[in-house]
Amino acid sequence: MGFFDVLLGRTKPVQPKLDDLFALPSAAVQLQAASGFTPTGSGSVCFRAVEGKTFADIQKDVTELLDMDAEKGTALPVEVTRDSYGFTWIVSNHMSDEMDGLVTDLHAVNSALVDNGFGPQLLCTLVAFRDDSNRRLGLVYLYKRGTFYPFAPVNERLQQRDNAIEIQVKGLLSDDLKIEQDLARWFPVWGAPGL
Amino acid sequence: MATRTRYAPDKGLTVRMTATMFLLGLVFVAFVALIIGVMSAAHVSAAGIVFVALIFGFGSAWVSLFYSDKIALAAAGAREVTPQQAPQLHAIVDRLCALADMDKPRVAIAPTRMMNAFATGRNSKNSVLCVTEGILDQNQPNHLTNEELEGVLAHELSHVAHKDVQVMTIASLLAIVAGLLVRFAFYSELFGGGRRGGNNNQAALLIPLIMLVSAVVYAISFLLIRSLSRYRELAADRSGALLTGQPSALASALVKVSNSMQRIPTQDLRKQEPLNAFYFAPALKLNGQGLGNIFSTHPSLEKRLDQLAKIQRQLGEVAPDNR
Repeated sequence: MGFFDVLLGRTKPVQPKLDDLFALPSAAVQLQAASGFTPTGSGSVCFRAVEGKTFADIQKDVTELLDMDAEKGTALPVEVTRDSYGFTWIVSNHMSDEMDGLVTDLHAVNSALVDNGFGPQLLCTLVAFRDDSNRRLGLVYLYKRGTFYPFAPVNERLQQRDNAIEIQVKGLLSDDLKIEQDLARWFPVWGAPGL
Repeated sequence: MATRTRYAPDKGLTVRMTATMFLLGLVFVAFVALIIGVMSAAHVSAAGIVFVALIFGFGSAWVSLFYSDKIALAAAGAREVTPQQAPQLHAIVDRLCALADMDKPRVAIAPTRMMNAFATGRNSKNSVLCVTEGILDQNQPNHLTNEELEGVLAHELSHVAHKDVQVMTIASLLAIVAGLLVRFAFYSELFGGGRRGGNNNQAALLIPLIMLVSAVVYAISFLLIRSLSRYRELAADRSGALLTGQPSALASALVKVSNSMQRIPTQDLRKQEPLNAFYFAPALKLNGQGLGNIFSTHPSLEKRLDQLAKIQRQLGEVAPDNR
């Protein structure tokens, strides 16, 4: 924020960075080879819905667009859920080897919001992974930072996350993805749909 | 690709805030000119008073800037909480900070039944966001929903983003120095008067003059600071509502918090009054509309609700292409 913004008490809403999301498919291959975590095929976009009909219409349009794929039989219908914090998650489900299709779907949601001027409402996107012993891992993309971080929930109720796996994944993917360096920003997304 | 935005700055608010700060600056320059005049008159006792007032003024501003978080937390009797102790609260703050791309402040809870919240600290790294137990209490008849609480927290985070503690401290500096000058000049009249000889008429005139001008400067800058504070509140409401995209949730939180304020026993209110400027809604209300408003740190509820209604309409419109 610039000097005059501080002086005049105004914040420019932060526009999301979208391009880095496309690094995900190759990173998923790398992750699978190095750690055994495979994509479950589901991924989600999380945003803060704006009140009013304009936003609701945009949201409806984008889910209908994604569901057109489902009617053709190439993908499953999207799920829209609202978490207890008032954030909306649009979950897209694909086959586990269709990482490109999944990222394209997620990007469709992003660009629908950005094109209509609601880019600042985007919070994060999450792509789910699982390993042979059924441990869960989410790669979370922070739109405002343009960075990724791993989130490995162990027990939702006790709010335990597996920091060892998270740090390990950070090391594995640091060449493929822009990893968030500020660990304070690796905020937990307990109960994230699709994870 | 042209990025569309529906978050155009509020020009009216910008103009009013700029005008207020310009006037404050003007008073400041006039005041400094007077001090230099006094200094060049080279009367030791008068110059001494000005010098001491400046040192005290800057000293207290520096202390209040650097220890604002600790002072406010201690005054409210608040304790910091970890994510384990207050997972809900931390989760809301986490999400808001990620949306706004800002550093997460520390989070604290103050043990009072009153519904309120404040944020303080000189920069984003040293900020603390404090809420009262009353505002978190889900058993109260008029408790805030998660979305309303989020609106309140977004308002407070906007204060942090706008660096309001810094801006208000610098703005208050003039008033602090002027207030001290009045007091010092008064004491020096009381205790120093006897020592002046017959050929010292200049000093006898100079010190009351300093006192008078300082008093006027103090009064003017006090009013300007209060109006600046009201504009900063409106600006924080605005940024908070745009951040969450839910102006009406913030509006209903405002109504609930203001209503609850009127039911609280006076004892508690008087104790909370020194913290007023930091709070989400003022703990002590001045009676009467009109004139009372120019002394208050917060804009009237109607003004704040009006602005939020305007933002609500803007968010519903088709995005204008104004970057």
